[in-house]
Amino acid sequence: MEPAEHVGVKAGRPSAPRALSEHPAVRWTLIGAALAFLSLFLFVPLAAVFVNAFQKGAAAYVQSISEPDARAAIRLTQLIAGITVPLNMVFGLAAAWAITTFEFAGKNMLVTLIDLPFSVSPVVSGLIYVLLFGLQGLLGPWLKEHDVKIIFALPGMLLATIFVTCPFVARELIPLMQAQGSEEEEAAVTLGANGWQTFRRVSLPKIRWGLLYGVVLCNARAMGEFGAVSVVSGHIRGLTTTIPLYVEILYNEYQFAASFAVASLLTFLAVATLVVKSLIEWRTESSAS
Amino acid sequence: MALRRHRPVPGFSLTMGFTLTYLSLIVLLPLAGMVVKTAGLSWGEFARTITDPRVIASYRLSFGASFVGALVNAVFGLLVAWVLVRYRFPGRKLVDVLVDLPFALPTAVAGISLTTIYSENGWIGRWLQLAGIRAAFTPLGVVIALTFVGLPFVVRTVQPVLEDLDLEVEEAASSLGAGRWQVFRRILLPAVLPSLVTGSTLAFARAVGEYGSVVFISGNMPMRTEIAPLLIITKLEQYDTAGATAIAVVMLAASFVLLLAINGLQQWSRRSTWA
Repeated sequence: MEPAEHVGVKAGRPSAPRALSEHPAVRWTLIGAALAFLSLFLFVPLAAVFVNAFQKGAAAYVQSISEPDARAAIRLTQLIAGITVPLNMVFGLAAAWAITTFEFAGKNMLVTLIDLPFSVSPVVSGLIYVLLFGLQGLLGPWLKEHDVKIIFALPGMLLATIFVTCPFVARELIPLMQAQGSEEEEAAVTLGANGWQTFRRVSLPKIRWGLLYGVVLCNARAMGEFGAVSVVSGHIRGLTTTIPLYVEILYNEYQFAASFAVASLLTFLAVATLVVKSLIEWRTESSAS
Repeated sequence: MALRRHRPVPGFSLTMGFTLTYLSLIVLLPLAGMVVKTAGLSWGEFARTITDPRVIASYRLSFGASFVGALVNAVFGLLVAWVLVRYRFPGRKLVDVLVDLPFALPTAVAGISLTTIYSENGWIGRWLQLAGIRAAFTPLGVVIALTFVGLPFVVRTVQPVLEDLDLEVEEAASSLGAGRWQVFRRILLPAVLPSLVTGSTLAFARAVGEYGSVVFISGNMPMRTEIAPLLIITKLEQYDTAGATAIAVVMLAASFVLLLAINGLQQWSRRSTWA
């Protein structure tokens, strides 16, 4: 076991001056308090998902996640993420390219606008589409006349998911591309590359890890979005029920083991997202040093 | 006049056009629709809805519990960031990775898990019960869920500031006779304060609108454990679109104020990091 030692100024310095480190008892108390807090709010809830998912055994677990309703929920979730993520990826790339390569008026406002969906309550995010496309909504009468169903159907769920997750890729790329600058792109263009070639051969290799993380995070949120989708879905079992909504239905029917079994799928996804994140960080750090 | 820097990289109209079109369709148009809908409400109707005792109680809970959750995160987030940056202990890397879990874990999953462990027979709820504390289906449960969703914000805003702190100032202070506690209060705390406030405000902003992780653990009793986002959904289910809109407009206004505050705070953090 590595001992709890004080970390010096920079890695490599043998040890910090004595006066700069706390007494070991203080140090271990602080570590203990931090870990206790994280246990109550992170570790135990994470473990509880898996323990409860398997409380009735592996067979019941497999049964729960292969029910027709569960399979329909998984398919719908994949469909929504499959459309949302590529769209938001293109949006993120375009927005980051425009913002970091060019100077224009109102840039700060544009960045704030891209961030906006992060600060809106998921429920309000769903509601704005109900107010636009719902029966009592602004376009409701027209849509009814033309027999187009958006709310309580796939298009509404798609729109709500796109709204909630549209900042992720852009948020990841903008600081990255700002830090890298666009000198290399300018050089490529000067040497005769066209815009597309510059993007593919120069920019994309520079930002691919940040892009990958943005996409992975966007995907996790698209698959796990609950509040916004809940407002526009109508909760029609087997039809407009995504994985998180199906988790809720099972839980409210007191089918706790099945509910946690389905929830564990999303938990695996969350853990995989964190693993990808640390792999990328580890990669960037090792290539930087 | 200085030479204007030549920007030969193409793609401005394409990327800018796409960005603006996409944002208009997905974000601006629906928000404008909400403004139009709100304008259609009569002032009396609007005022009646948002001053209804049940609505006021839900605002009080959403904002109050978010505030308490943000305070808890301010204290323990700082502690976690400090421990992760300054100490080495077994499992530190894993802990560092897991701090981001609330960003990646769907809120509904967090909701059912927290409810299960904090209910009377749950792993933690059982012990709280012995101490005479009920967590699930009380306002405390709401605070627990909102602490969970806000947890990464403080840690992730304070952590980089702590990493970049110049230890020489601390060395100088302690060579002049300052104890660790004095160094913490006089040097470390002022240095991390802007990021600490920013992180806590981010956690608060996130918690105010939170829905998924709260609805399971709160029990949703009107006047007592009913959060504002849930009340919006309840009104919608009763086909009271006007009522839902009125409650949502107040939430949206709060989001805008918080967004502006956070922008200001981030500038403050940046300035004080550079100073």
